[in-house]
Amino acid sequence: MSIGHTLLGLLESGPRHGYDLKRAFDEKFGHDRPLHYGQVYSTMSRLLKNGLVEVDGIEAGGGPERKRYAITDAGITDVERWLATPEAPEPYLQSTLYTKIVLALLTSRDAADILDTQRAEHLRTMRALTERKRQGDLADQLICDHALFHLEADLRWLELTAARLDKLREAVTA
Amino acid sequence: MTHPAGSLLTAADLHKAYGPTVALDGAEFSIHPGEVVAVMGPSGSGKSTLLHCLAGIVPPDSGSIRYNGQEMAGMSDTQRSALRRSEFGFVFQFGQLVPELTCVENVALPLRLNGTPRKAAERAALSWMERLEVDGLGRKRPGEVSGGQGQRVAVARALVTDPRVIFADEPTGALDSLNGERVMELLTEAARTTGAAVVLVTHEARVAAYSDREIVVRDGRSRDMERAV
Repeated sequence: MSIGHTLLGLLESGPRHGYDLKRAFDEKFGHDRPLHYGQVYSTMSRLLKNGLVEVDGIEAGGGPERKRYAITDAGITDVERWLATPEAPEPYLQSTLYTKIVLALLTSRDAADILDTQRAEHLRTMRALTERKRQGDLADQLICDHALFHLEADLRWLELTAARLDKLREAVTA
Repeated sequence: MTHPAGSLLTAADLHKAYGPTVALDGAEFSIHPGEVVAVMGPSGSGKSTLLHCLAGIVPPDSGSIRYNGQEMAGMSDTQRSALRRSEFGFVFQFGQLVPELTCVENVALPLRLNGTPRKAAERAALSWMERLEVDGLGRKRPGEVSGGQGQRVAVARALVTDPRVIFADEPTGALDSLNGERVMELLTEAARTTGAAVVLVTHEARVAAYSDREIVVRDGRSRDMERAV
């Protein structure tokens, strides 16, 4: 995820302080990985340097100065471009798992056992996500669904591999 | 494997063959009250046969199945039928509702077969239909409701006798994702509320994720992943 574009997008509804941006980000997108303050300020410095945001005001107080940021026209165009550009589909290859299975077959170990253990691990994560969905709001449900569908795709690959273990054994030991 | 203490339903060293085809080859199983156990495995692995044996629908060729400490093989056919009607509930991939009966009559059917008077049976049926969010369909026939609604009616029918074990064989297999998930939410929520155990046969990981643990059946042998990991 592009943190810069996400923070820019959050600024479109109006100027905010760095702290407000972090809070809005964590609330909407950072369920598993909240932003560090350092990330927010380094990102804002970069956006400022690139002319995508500007300082809208500075509050002086007892502590450090608090800058309020506003998005610029260039920033809005940048967000628009980002939103309109499709993400490259990841050619996700289970390379580590594939390596383990081939090694197991080459060394006459139980490859099905590796797949069973991996399935159990995936299901453990899927159970936690399903439980979070059960208790969460619509945003939680959509975020968890995305993760669940990806894990399910991994598992389909795993089942297909399990069904082809004999052929794979023949191929790698030939 | 012996029969683990505290289990409601257990199976040890189950063997079953259909002619030359071996369906179960030493399968084991156990489930505690209130537990949801997914039975996973590829097509033809023996998972549905395991469910049918556990539910007393099909007798194994050898091995032991105990329900509540009692050996199933020692029961007469009548006793096993009574057990299925009063202690077990069933949900299949296709609801298998009786097309001539209305939805409420379908849900009330297991109670009627157990001798409950019609009004009381339909009252209980409607209460379950309400929990499954299909109480508005009472007077419709199965042919007049959608697949998702029909499956919820089937779940209500499985729960109406307050069973101690629910056997669900690919309960969402014929449904789209949203309907399938809602059925699983309602089924597992109802089971947890009533303390029923659920034996859930599925090949879908998203459905299995509603379980507490899974066993994997392959070539007629089972593997309890909780004990294995």
